[in-house]
Amino acid sequence: MESIEAALLAARVQFAITISFHIVLAAFTIGMAQFLLVLEALWLWRRDRTYLDIYRYWLKIFALNVAIGTASGLILEYQFGLNWSRLSSQAGEVIGPLMFYEVMAAFFLEAGFLGIMIFGMKKVGPGLHFFSTCAVAIGSLISAFWILAANSWMQTPAGYAIAADGRFVAQDWWAIIFNPSFPYRFAHMTLATLLATAMFIAAASAWHLLRDRTSRHARVQFSIALWAVAVLAPVQVVVGDLHGEHTLKFQPQKVAAMEGSWTRPPEGAGEPLRLFAIPDMKERRNHFELAIPRIASLYLRHDLSGTIAALDEFPAQDIPPVPVVFWALRVMVGLGILMLGLGVTSLVLRYRKRLYEARWLQRWCVVMAPAGFAAMISGWVVTETGRQPFTVWGLLRTSDSVSHVSHQQVLSSTVLILSCYLVVFGIGCWVLLRILRKPVKQGEAGPQPTIADEIGRS
Amino acid sequence: MSWGDWTIVLSGAALAFSVLSYVLLDGADLGVGMLMGVTRSARHRRAMAISILPIWDANETWLVLGGGGLLALFPKAYAVLLPALYIPFIVMFMALIVRAMALEFRDEASRRGLKRVIDRLLGLASLVVGVCQGAVLGTLVQGVPIRDGQFSGTGWEWISPFPIYCGAVLVVAYLWLGACWLYWRTGDELQLTVRASSKAFACLTIALLLVLVLWTSTLAEQYATRLAMTEVVVPASVSILTLIAVFFAGLRTRFHFLPLFSALGVFVTGFMIMGATLYPLIVPPGLTLSGSASGPVSQRFMLIGFAVLIPVTLFYNTFGFSVFSGKVRAAKD
Repeated sequence: MESIEAALLAARVQFAITISFHIVLAAFTIGMAQFLLVLEALWLWRRDRTYLDIYRYWLKIFALNVAIGTASGLILEYQFGLNWSRLSSQAGEVIGPLMFYEVMAAFFLEAGFLGIMIFGMKKVGPGLHFFSTCAVAIGSLISAFWILAANSWMQTPAGYAIAADGRFVAQDWWAIIFNPSFPYRFAHMTLATLLATAMFIAAASAWHLLRDRTSRHARVQFSIALWAVAVLAPVQVVVGDLHGEHTLKFQPQKVAAMEGSWTRPPEGAGEPLRLFAIPDMKERRNHFELAIPRIASLYLRHDLSGTIAALDEFPAQDIPPVPVVFWALRVMVGLGILMLGLGVTSLVLRYRKRLYEARWLQRWCVVMAPAGFAAMISGWVVTETGRQPFTVWGLLRTSDSVSHVSHQQVLSSTVLILSCYLVVFGIGCWVLLRILRKPVKQGEAGPQPTIADEIGRS
Repeated sequence: MSWGDWTIVLSGAALAFSVLSYVLLDGADLGVGMLMGVTRSARHRRAMAISILPIWDANETWLVLGGGGLLALFPKAYAVLLPALYIPFIVMFMALIVRAMALEFRDEASRRGLKRVIDRLLGLASLVVGVCQGAVLGTLVQGVPIRDGQFSGTGWEWISPFPIYCGAVLVVAYLWLGACWLYWRTGDELQLTVRASSKAFACLTIALLLVLVLWTSTLAEQYATRLAMTEVVVPASVSILTLIAVFFAGLRTRFHFLPLFSALGVFVTGFMIMGATLYPLIVPPGLTLSGSASGPVSQRFMLIGFAVLIPVTLFYNTFGFSVFSGKVRAAKD
């Protein structure tokens, strides 16, 4: 029995490691592709070399990021079989096709035009090159569409029937793809990728501005990035709130765990906002709780007296690990508020024409470099830990989804993967910082500038 | 055959097409990677690297399609095969990540010595990928124990002579593809070197394949029957002999792509022999295509997408290749 538990835990840790590393790369790819699209469009429109320089500078980072992203994404397509073979044989007919479409409609589009986008500027005309950038950018968004459809279906399953042998059988593809939580999740995640990338670009630009506040290149990308933060952060707050409200309807125990609400407050007392607490799964209560009364009612129920279903209203075996969900949500929301604050501050400074002068803002941006990605990962921890103990919500338990693989194999491979990723990502980050240390140059060359002359007719 | 049977056969064909495309396209990349590991000249290694740099990413995408396709079209086979080959798959994925990093980051290294180390790592990772893929194939052909629809073995079945031998065969065959690719894409001294080695790899591949076929026929009764059938033996031998003749003749013509396409033809023939041997099994000995297929609603949904999107994909991938076609001349080390 113990070895089954250990294998289950190791399999979950393995999935968490592979998906967490990959999602950062994938999100950066999506965000960066849109940023590059904007830059190339501005270059073609205004014919200002600055945009082209910035495009080529970030293209170098994009190239390295995509390469590792492709390779780290590969294993995920197989994770469902390696560690979750019972989930695959039960629900493969429904989630498999969504992943299959992701590859056909998105990965190929991205990968097919990637070579031209990265190395082909001197090989094809500007129109065709711009088309390639568009294909990569759109491909990355379509890929998010399909994979979030698959994830959302597992959270809020729809459009299926259950066969005699217990397998999920597809019935209505429209209902499967556009399952109840899909629109919220897709919007929330797409915004997260853009916001995280914008925060990162803002930080890199701020770093260069702190060294040379007159740099035109740094100013241009700083301005674009902060516009994006100022616009996207408020929208993300609204979308996040709608997503939360929707979750309350479909996965009430997840929201109860987010709030750390073990028992329902008395009638009319409203739901408190718990700022600090240490949830205890054994005693089923919080320690050291610090809360402001009624505030949670405001964002959950949009009044001052509404309450939500509490954790004690669900069977003990059906609730997620509360401390993880509770704290991950607080990290996400906390970082979200900081990003929102940064966006608003940037607008005020922009209005007062002090955007490039305010050193403290630039320092704030540098410190916040990983904030968007950290918030995104926390958000995923909330939703994925919060849907435990189920893989397909309410229908298939995580413990019934796992493969029959010995726990030694799962454990040793998890250690192998983690050490491999730490080395690869360590080197990747080191190279990334080395590139970012140098500011954007006039007449920036881009990745492999000589390749056009080295291949084929020059 | 009924409409439902056709759906299953077409699904099997779609999956086979994805896997074959992967092997044909990425096989050359892996071969080039292995050869880079043992090439001394820095300039030659750079030429080898940039010959695959703009396209390897698209080639590897076929492996993602194979994984997604197996899950979507034959979920029960997917659920058995991956736990059965747990270790080789995970090692392969790690090697692919190392390979990707080595290939993309090698030009970030300024010191020559470091670049050499990176290229050796690239070669080693490519070798590991080749061995793992061969072992996966070998274990599959050898047979995977199943109970109640789930894998019931120990997960160490791949450590036995037949899968390891398959790993060796695939490595040599990938080296052959890599050498042919470089013969087509490079000139001068490097081309002369790979010309000689491609001949050696060709002879070795054919010899190893022959042993592989004989060995396979001893594994199961169905294999022996199929591999002795005239409908299999005659077209296969004719095709292999013709392709080998074209390969050697092609090395003497100005059509430098001919050897590569002959080698790819040998791969296609080998793949078809395997298909003919295994059909209708997808995971021998117990699991057939129809026994592991997803429902017709799912399969048709995917076949429509496949029929529409894959031709488009092939079109723009070909275009992507053509942008970077022609001989490679490394301008620096």
